[in-house]
Amino acid sequence: MKVKDIRVCVLRLEGTNCEEETAYSFRQLGADAEIIHLKQLTGDVREDEKRSLGDYQCLMIPGGFSSGDYVRAGAIWAARVKSAIGGDLIEFIEDGYPVGGICNGFQVLVELGVLPGLGGTMAAEPEIALTINDSDRFECRPTLLEHENTCVFTGSIPVGMISLMPSAHAEGKLTLPLGEEDKYLGKLIDNNQIVFRYVDPDGEYSGYPWNPNGSIYNIAGICNPEGNVFGMMPHPERAYERLMLPDWTRNTGSSNAEEYADGRLYFASVLDYVCSKF
Amino acid sequence: MMIQADVTIRLKKGMADPEGANTLKALTLLGFKNVKHVESMKTFRITLETDDAKNVEDEISEMCRKLLANPVIQEYSIKIL
Repeated sequence: MKVKDIRVCVLRLEGTNCEEETAYSFRQLGADAEIIHLKQLTGDVREDEKRSLGDYQCLMIPGGFSSGDYVRAGAIWAARVKSAIGGDLIEFIEDGYPVGGICNGFQVLVELGVLPGLGGTMAAEPEIALTINDSDRFECRPTLLEHENTCVFTGSIPVGMISLMPSAHAEGKLTLPLGEEDKYLGKLIDNNQIVFRYVDPDGEYSGYPWNPNGSIYNIAGICNPEGNVFGMMPHPERAYERLMLPDWTRNTGSSNAEEYADGRLYFASVLDYVCSKF
Repeated sequence: MMIQADVTIRLKKGMADPEGANTLKALTLLGFKNVKHVESMKTFRITLETDDAKNVEDEISEMCRKLLANPVIQEYSIKIL
């Protein structure tokens, strides 16, 4: 299919705050992105507002503080999705359509049990957790991500490339079941599920602040074994245009100044995938 | 009849608890020298109206599995009041 025919569902809930930038990024690339509330998928709205996952070729769960981050970040959104449209989502994923979660969206995908997806498309209970940052603070800073394995959201990013994308979260420490860390990590590595890892400017796997949350193995983003569900803590939609980067005022006007920043490749990659697959 | 229960969610033993560690540090800085350890936990007081008192605990366990606790990092305990 052609880019202009791709319909992207940018899902929101009370407290979501990155849906506009996410939809903007897709629209800039020519796709038809629609921001809808979860209730529009569960049918608790007027007839003309009702939507179905089948209307779309890509589902995005954007960042924010859904339901106030109460209970655990992403837990309430995940529980509502699972109980109302869990079956539709499983079908959507198994049909190969891409599902992306950014920041709070990553937390939702983990709480839903669709990431890491080791025990099937949607596990009955979460298999891993995104826990409170080691610093016990909300960390908002530019982060550098090394692209280690390709998924459908990173096909245009060369393996080994280091991207600059901002992180902004309080609960982003990827945590594996206690005592079974090596087993789980081994599976993630063997399945090529670790997409992005935090690095420092020299490309080394450094600790804080380059790893902003204390995530195991410096993991910033993982996909499911099939590669069509992808969650990451940093924000590609906050690194779409060059002018969104922290140093853009220092570099504007130079002949090297590029119009776009690294996050654009995330959106371009998934649209390329949908165009070629469907 | 109305039944009230306290559901306490705590981190599994051995899990990092930055909130507890940070609170310990703050209390020490405030001069509470006797404080040796602080653990954070969360309690939900749940009120139910039910005719099936003996299954209340099962119902609350299901709430914990579906929303209140992430079994990877947390455990829960239920106390009927």
